[in-house]
This record gives sequence, structure tokens and C-alpha cells, in this order.
Amino acid sequence: MRPGIIVRLIAFAVLLTFLIAPDLFEPFFGMLTKNGQPAIYNQGSLLDLTLNHLAIVFAATFAATLIAVSLAILVTRPFGVEFLPLSRSLANIGQTFPPVAVLALAVPVLGFGTAPTLVALFLYGLLPIFENTLTGLVNLPGTVAEAAKGVGMTWAQRLFKIELPLALPVILAGVRLSTVISLATATIGSTVAARTLGEVIIAGLTSNNTAFVLQGGLIVGVLAVLIYDSLAALERWLMARTGQAKRAAA
Amino acid sequence: MVWPNNPAGAGCRAGPYRRHIVFVSEILSEKTGGRMSDTQTAAKSGFILPRFDKLGVLIAVIALGGVLLPFMIFRANRIVLGEPRMIFEALATPEALVLALLLAAGMVIALLRFRAGLKLAASLIILIALFVLVGRSAYFLTPPDDNFARISPGAGFWLLVFAFALLAADALTRLRLKPWPRIGILALVALAFGILLATGSLNGVSTLKEYATRADRFWSEAQTHVLLAFGSVLIATIVGVPVGIISFRLPKLRAALLNVLNIVQTIPSIALFGLLIAPLAWIAATVPGASLIGISGIGVAPALVALFAYSLLPVVSNTIVGLQSVPEAANDAAKGMGMTGAQRMGWIELPLAFPVILTGIRIVLVQNIGLTTIAALIGGGGFGVFIFQGISQTAMDLVLLGAVPTVVLAFAAAVVLDAFVEMTSTGKPQ
Repeated sequence: MRPGIIVRLIAFAVLLTFLIAPDLFEPFFGMLTKNGQPAIYNQGSLLDLTLNHLAIVFAATFAATLIAVSLAILVTRPFGVEFLPLSRSLANIGQTFPPVAVLALAVPVLGFGTAPTLVALFLYGLLPIFENTLTGLVNLPGTVAEAAKGVGMTWAQRLFKIELPLALPVILAGVRLSTVISLATATIGSTVAARTLGEVIIAGLTSNNTAFVLQGGLIVGVLAVLIYDSLAALERWLMARTGQAKRAAA
Repeated sequence: MVWPNNPAGAGCRAGPYRRHIVFVSEILSEKTGGRMSDTQTAAKSGFILPRFDKLGVLIAVIALGGVLLPFMIFRANRIVLGEPRMIFEALATPEALVLALLLAAGMVIALLRFRAGLKLAASLIILIALFVLVGRSAYFLTPPDDNFARISPGAGFWLLVFAFALLAADALTRLRLKPWPRIGILALVALAFGILLATGSLNGVSTLKEYATRADRFWSEAQTHVLLAFGSVLIATIVGVPVGIISFRLPKLRAALLNVLNIVQTIPSIALFGLLIAPLAWIAATVPGASLIGISGIGVAPALVALFAYSLLPVVSNTIVGLQSVPEAANDAAKGMGMTGAQRMGWIELPLAFPVILTGIRIVLVQNIGLTTIAALIGGGGFGVFIFQGISQTAMDLVLLGAVPTVVLAFAAAVVLDAFVEMTSTGKPQ
């Protein structure tokens, strides 16, 4: 475990240094350029783009979490149980839509820029979170629910004090998947003029500059791995706290 | 990069494990009566909505919204702003009346608690009627001898399609059909649309006008798209399954390999496509004969390699998970019969792991059909060509020409492979 943490801290430090002072890395990326092409992205600040990228992903994932968890709660209550089978199939069908298509089709409604990207990321983010919340709420140990009923808890108490806390690690796993997906998908948003790190990659593709493609890809990749691992660590901590460590290992 | 088509499986560390858990639990909860019968549900919430189907209420509201929004959009040429046309403006009066009656009947059927089979039939009839009438409307609205006018379906049409597709999806879920009937229904729907397209009844619609001017290009891009998506999955299966078997036997290799494959998945697809340009160009230039077999920096080769790289993780990890889930008892019995390790792998372990491996293949196939659209950015072709052309020209009809076939292909692949997974899982001990 220890060496893993050190590697990640170093990766984070390098990433931060690169974003604040990209020129320090010019000799490295310079090896990939030819005919005197610029080695470091020069059409905007990498730090700005990264923060914008993260902001879009965070906003979309936050909204998706709120809506997906509420919907999953709704379809697992007696009132919404009629919607349960359909919502399952819809979540399944929804994942067959390619994100480029969603992105492109959102443009006529919302225009170019950040808005269609936000909507596409939001719609995409919904599905894994919804699926996982459903799994978490449906697969609770039956004895726990019985016990909660037995001690006279109302449905709201059962939901907020028993069901959601127990399902939280599984829900968080959904949030984690959805965040990592959004981080990568947001790069495609640059094809509809959203300001994300995709700009760097596309600038590299159009000017045939491998250094640009590599730095854009590396920033997104390292961010994804770091965010993924920290959320996974948070989940393990929650699992241990709610005494589900054994269930998780199984 | 992790592709959204199947986040759970395409995910990263432990992703496929979770996918497997979800999959099994879905089967379990459905087999043990996850859904209450209609009468039970009605009795439980009877005091709120006595005889109505709650989903039906939602569908009727959406359909009503669809009726109130423009059915068609009329544009004098390809780029001007559209003018809305409501149902009774968009169709000749008798046809508009037929549509109105059909929609009213459909809403009533959705609202009341009819049998799922009837709901399915009604929704399919209405969906087909909607598409037939869109075709009729396009001819009705096009001024005579006018080649510039563009008639496209409006928001109202799409909402109506969405509402009745929901009804069809719900009915299908409730019917819980066996795999073959599911594939049969898919084939019937495909046939119906095939007839609609072949008879030219939709030719007046704007997206098909875009198609008419580039029909040859469309089919060659379609070929490339299918070749890239299916080819990469085929190679990933041929390579990934043996690799999965080997790393199942060697835990140390397994951990390292899965880590590397996980990191590959986090690279955004555009970047991976782009990064492969340089090394492949180098190979084409230095390895004799490489360029003769079609390897080059841009085009199909980097696209195929990138898609293959993304497919490897789900295939390998699902093979490992599948082998891990083989019941100990089955293996013990095989050992007791004197089977060698290779015999057990071929006769016991692989067949029992097959549904899980197939699930992995389903995940990557659906994922790659979507991902192939990105290949257009590096000159790899495929339906993405039309999508990105459409985006740059703000021509939505062109975007649809690329997006609709991609979605249809991905959806059909998902239905067919899900059915196969179910067929191969039956009879497996739970």
C-alpha cells in the first residue's frame, strides 16, 4: 500500500508542476516535435483548461448523482415499483448510445460550447450511478430491513439511517465510474467548442503535433487515475466503517 | 479512456467484477419475483390511482406534449431557420385524423391496465404509423418541383416516438420474452423499417435527402465502421481469451496485466487514436512490407489498434472472472474422473465461464461501435465522418445520417448478444 501512495503523490506533484510551469518540460516534449513546432500548448493556459475541464465534469457528475440517486430511491419505494423494470431496461438501453451522437444532437438545441457537453456528460453520468444505487438499495441484507421495521422506524428513518448509509459504498462506486467516464468524454466536447483539455489534443491532431496530443492525453489520464484511486480509497474506508468489508471482499 | 457504453465492465480496477455481480443479482431478483403482479401493485397504492397504470400516466403526458409541439419542421433550404408545422398543418386532413385517432387510442391503452402483449402491439403499430406519416408529410409539405426545401421531423414527432417507444420497452420488459422471440421482434422491426426505406416512402425527409447525395460514400463508410468495430473485437477475443486463461493461472501476472490495461482505459480515446499515428507511421516507413498490407500513420490502422487496446481489458478480465466463478465442485468432480488440466479447461472450465466471457465481448462490441465514430477524426472513416462533417457545417440532418445508424447498430448488437448470453447461461447452477 505504502509505495502505491508514494507513486501517486509523485504523479500528482509532477502533474501540478507541469500545469503551473509547463515550460520546465519543454526539453521532454521537444523530442516529439519536428520542424520547430512548439513543444508546449501555446493557445491558452493548460492550468485554465484543466480547471475548466474539471469544473464541467464536477458539475455534470454532481447533478447526475442528485438525479440518479433520487430516481433510484423513487423506483425502489412502493409508489414507484411499477417503474422499476422499465427503468432498468432504460439504463441498459441508454448505455448503447455513443456519446459523440448525444453531443452532436444536443448542439441544435443548445448551440455550440459548454452547454451541450454538460448535458451529454450529465445524461451519461446518470446511468452508472442509477444502476449502482439500484443494486445497493435492492441487495441490502433482508435481516437489516426487518430489524429496522421491528424497532418501529418510519420509512424515512429506514431510508436515511439504514438503507442509504449501507448502500453508500456501492453508490460511490457508481459515482467513481461516472466521473472517470466523464473525464475522458469531456475531451470529445472540444469538437463542439467546449473549453476542455480536448482542445490540446485536437490542436495536436490538426497540426500533426504529437507533443500536444501526448500532453493533453497524459493530463486527462493522470487525473483520471488519481481521482479514481482516491474515490476507491474513500469507498474502502466507508465499507470498513459500515462493517461491510467482508461483503466487499467476497 | 473508459467508454460509457458499459461503464461497469469497461471500468477500471474491479469494474468487471462489479458488472458480474450486478448481472447475477439482476437475474436473481427477476427470477425470485422482483416485480409484483399488477393486481398486487394496484391493491397497494389503490387509494391514489385506482385503475390507471402509473407509467401509462407518464407516457400519456409525454405523448400529449408531443401533440402540442410541432410535428414537422419546414425549411426553405438547407441552412435557413425552420418553421414549425403542427399535425393538422403537416398532413392531409384524412391522414391527420387517422393519426389523431391512433394517438388517442394509444394513450388510452397506455393509461389503462391492459395486458402487456396488447400494449406492445399497440405501441409498435403507432410507431410504424408515425414513421409512415412522417414520410407522407414530407411529400405533402414539399412545394412541387422544389429541390431545395428541407422537411425534417420536429420535436413533437420525436417526443411521440419516445413516448410509445417507452410503452413498447415497458411491455417487452413485462413480457420477459425468451431470447429467440426477442431477436425475432428485433428482426421484425428491422424488416418493417427496411421496407419503409426500400420503398422510398421516407425519401422526402431531409436526412434521406442528405443520404441521396452521398449514397456510395454512406455504404463505404458503413463497411469501414462495421469492419473496425467487429474486427477489433474479433482480434481482442482471439488475443484476450488465451491471455485471460494464462493470467488466471498466474496471479502475479494477473495483477500487473490488469493494472496496465486499466491505465490504457483511462487515456481519452481521441488522444490514444492520435498517439498511435506516430509509431504506426514509423513502422510503415521502416518495416519492409508493412505499408503494403495497409499499415500507415493515419487511417484505418491506428483506429484498429486503438479499438483493440480498449477492448482488451473487458475481454481479459471477464475471462478471469468467468474462470474464477467456476464452481469448485465441478472441478473436483472432473479431477476425480481423472481429467488432465487441459481437459478440465476445455471441457469444464471454459464452457462454464463462457457466458461471462460473452458478456465481456458484448460490452466491448457495443462500446467499440460507438467509439469507432471517433476514428473519423484521424481519417479512419466510419459513420463519424458524417457526424463531424455535420457538426462543422451545423447541418443536423447530416449528423443524424451518421448518428442514427451508429445507435441502431449498437442497439441491435446489444439485443442480440444479450440474448446469446442468456441462452448460454440457462441450465447453469445458481
